[in-house]
Amino acid sequence: MIKINQFCFCSISYVVHSCNLKYQNMKNTQNSLPPPSLPEQEGRVVQQSIDQWMSAEGPLLPILHHIQDHLGYIPPASIELIAHQLNLSRAEVHGVVTYYPHFRREKPALRQIVVCQAEACQARGARELTRTIESRTGCRLGQHSPDGQWCLESVYCLGLCASGPAVAINGCLHARVDHDRLNELLSPGDLA
Amino acid sequence: MSTKVYVPRDSAALAVGADEVAAAIRNEVEKRGLDVQIIRNGSRGMFWLEPLVEVEFQGQRIGYGPVSPKDVRTLLDSGFLKGQSHALRVGEVNDHPFLKQQERLTFSRMGITDPLSLEDYRHHGGFSGLCVALTLPPQQIVQQVLDSGLRGRGGAGFPAGIKWKTVLQATAPQKYIVVNADEGDSGTFADRMVMEGDPYMLLEGMAIAGLAVGATTGYIYVRSEYPHAFHALQEAIVRAENAGFLGDNLLESGKRFRVMVRKAAGSYVCGEETALLESLEGKRGIVRAKPPLPALSGLFGKPTVINNVLTLCAVPFILSHGAAAYAEFGMGRSRGTLPFQLAGNIRQGGLVEKAFGVSIRTLIEQFGAGTASGRPLRAVQVGGPLGAYFPDRLLDTPLDYEAMAARGGVLGHGGIVVFDDTVDMAEQARYALEFCAVESCGKCTPCRIGSTRGEELVRHMQHHPESSHQDEQLLRDLCNTLLNGSLCAMGGMTPYPVLSALDHFPEDFHPSSHAIKAA
Ligand SMILES: Cc1cc2nc3c(=O)[nH]c(=O)nc-3n(C[C@H](O)[C@H](O)[C@H](O)COP(=O)(O)O)c2cc1C
Ligand code: SF4
Ligand code: FES
Repeated sequence: MIKINQFCFCSISYVVHSCNLKYQNMKNTQNSLPPPSLPEQEGRVVQQSIDQWMSAEGPLLPILHHIQDHLGYIPPASIELIAHQLNLSRAEVHGVVTYYPHFRREKPALRQIVVCQAEACQARGARELTRTIESRTGCRLGQHSPDGQWCLESVYCLGLCASGPAVAINGCLHARVDHDRLNELLSPGDLA
Repeated sequence: MSTKVYVPRDSAALAVGADEVAAAIRNEVEKRGLDVQIIRNGSRGMFWLEPLVEVEFQGQRIGYGPVSPKDVRTLLDSGFLKGQSHALRVGEVNDHPFLKQQERLTFSRMGITDPLSLEDYRHHGGFSGLCVALTLPPQQIVQQVLDSGLRGRGGAGFPAGIKWKTVLQATAPQKYIVVNADEGDSGTFADRMVMEGDPYMLLEGMAIAGLAVGATTGYIYVRSEYPHAFHALQEAIVRAENAGFLGDNLLESGKRFRVMVRKAAGSYVCGEETALLESLEGKRGIVRAKPPLPALSGLFGKPTVINNVLTLCAVPFILSHGAAAYAEFGMGRSRGTLPFQLAGNIRQGGLVEKAFGVSIRTLIEQFGAGTASGRPLRAVQVGGPLGAYFPDRLLDTPLDYEAMAARGGVLGHGGIVVFDDTVDMAEQARYALEFCAVESCGKCTPCRIGSTRGEELVRHMQHHPESSHQDEQLLRDLCNTLLNGSLCAMGGMTPYPVLSALDHFPEDFHPSSHAIKAA
């Protein structure tokens, strides 16, 4: 049943989208599905983001960035709200959110470690560094640690390629990360 | 008068503790009641010395580095505010051989000025290119760029003047200048340095491009991995607009040019120009088929100049010093200078701006001082993840678009990544294919599926030496398909690192047979 509804929604919005302005009003009424289930505070942030960027050219990426900067992720329920107000289909917004590695659809762990996996850092021991961090945090690359405290992600270059290996912890950059530096960065209290 | 102390704010300095050093200096001079002004400059591009603290004394800038917060006390004790000796003293920075042997036309202000000070920028020759451009008709600005021989610095090396001419000749109510600041190549950081360390230069280059082709709006597409660059640009735009260098009345000329910064979202292929335009329009970053050329139908279907950061940053010099002064540098059809980036396993990594034609070996040995590990060099990747690996015997190749192409390589964005003899070249080839599989936009089959199959093949070779010769034939066939059947250079050039690794380092792919031969 839900599937059928979604199908109708998609095909309607596809047709409307291609018929352009003339049917704009029709689309808006056809689309009036129950309001997305976003917690109030998140809903407010999403609405603010939309309001701030709505009139800009190509507003979708700035809106998503604004949401993620404030909430740490893109709540899946916000997709509907964005699609509705930008006159896009949900599929289009979903496609964009999932295409770009930067956008998360889940709340991030308390501590996010991003380790550069690209060539210049490989040449300075990034592979070994990654393995060490994995064993120290109990967290595999691309996953959360069992206690949910850490998440470990790969990045392909942070622009610190003359001073590798490079990592970013909660957005803060660190270069020349050798054994001692890593010990400082992962202070004992933080270990899994 | 207070003593000026410079502590860089470049990401590469921040990542090794520049903020902590600046705070420690502030603390300590306050305690001692000294009159010191701390200026956060850009980086000189000598990253092995970062944080490189400089003191202005008797008209000289004396450098100390790499400084950590715990060095601050001894520095002050030994009189570094008067340029006195200390274990970390590197002397007058401008006389450092690493800088002295460079030809910094574009990076002339880098590390010297406070990046966000308009006064500093003007004082060091800033906006003089824009002033010249405001006195010229559009055709003549374009002619200057054509005469300079400037080619795109983003990788493809397409003549900038021809692109601009196409956009100038197009008629449309709206045209755009788009800056490609996606700098995704491993081993490159020159765009980042400009945005963080001399952002007005990029804005000036964009404004000149706008005047040249009749565009009044510009976008800078900055990768999300560069938060400091993003913020520096935002701040620079506000200040430049308030001071009348951008906005509705450029330097009181009645001309308009506005700039917006947009953040990318972690996709490498969005550095490809048409994927970048899709992304700016708010879509998935899927490569467009050409034609139509972006110059005729680019952002939102309007005529668009899309250039790399460094391409646009070469323009203010060309306008203020003349096309001939720029074209004097270089070799063959590669005119001017390129900011090369020394990265990876190198003792003195950093930014070296030199005229085209310098050899890879000169850069690595004379500037880079060899490997950081002290072990023998084994391979050098030039031109980012889609660039070829060079063995030692090819290092005398001059860095010039045509000479590199003749040896199966590319210059790309000027990144040079050094590997020592611990590197496993089969693993590097496997990684190149894996990277392509991760980053492929998925539009065409050879790249989308071929990359995955290729990665599997190399993995098979690594674990089954007995069948590796058969696998190699298959891998070469596959690379051929990628080379000839891909829509863009992502799939089209992934074979470069793979085939160069196979050709120059076969022993890493067929360990047993080489061991037998050697025995
Ligand atoms: C996969 C891929 C990634 C690219 N990444 C970048 C990039 O990060 N920065 C850039 O300036 N050009 C990049 N390019 C090249 C652009 O497509 C384009 O040639 C360039 O922006 C044109 O500007 P230019 O003529 O000033 O070099 C990339 C190309 C491909 C195929
Ligand atoms: S070669 Fe790869 S990245 Fe380029 S268009 Fe084809 S699938 Fe997309
Ligand atoms: S390759 Fe790791 S920072 Fe560039």
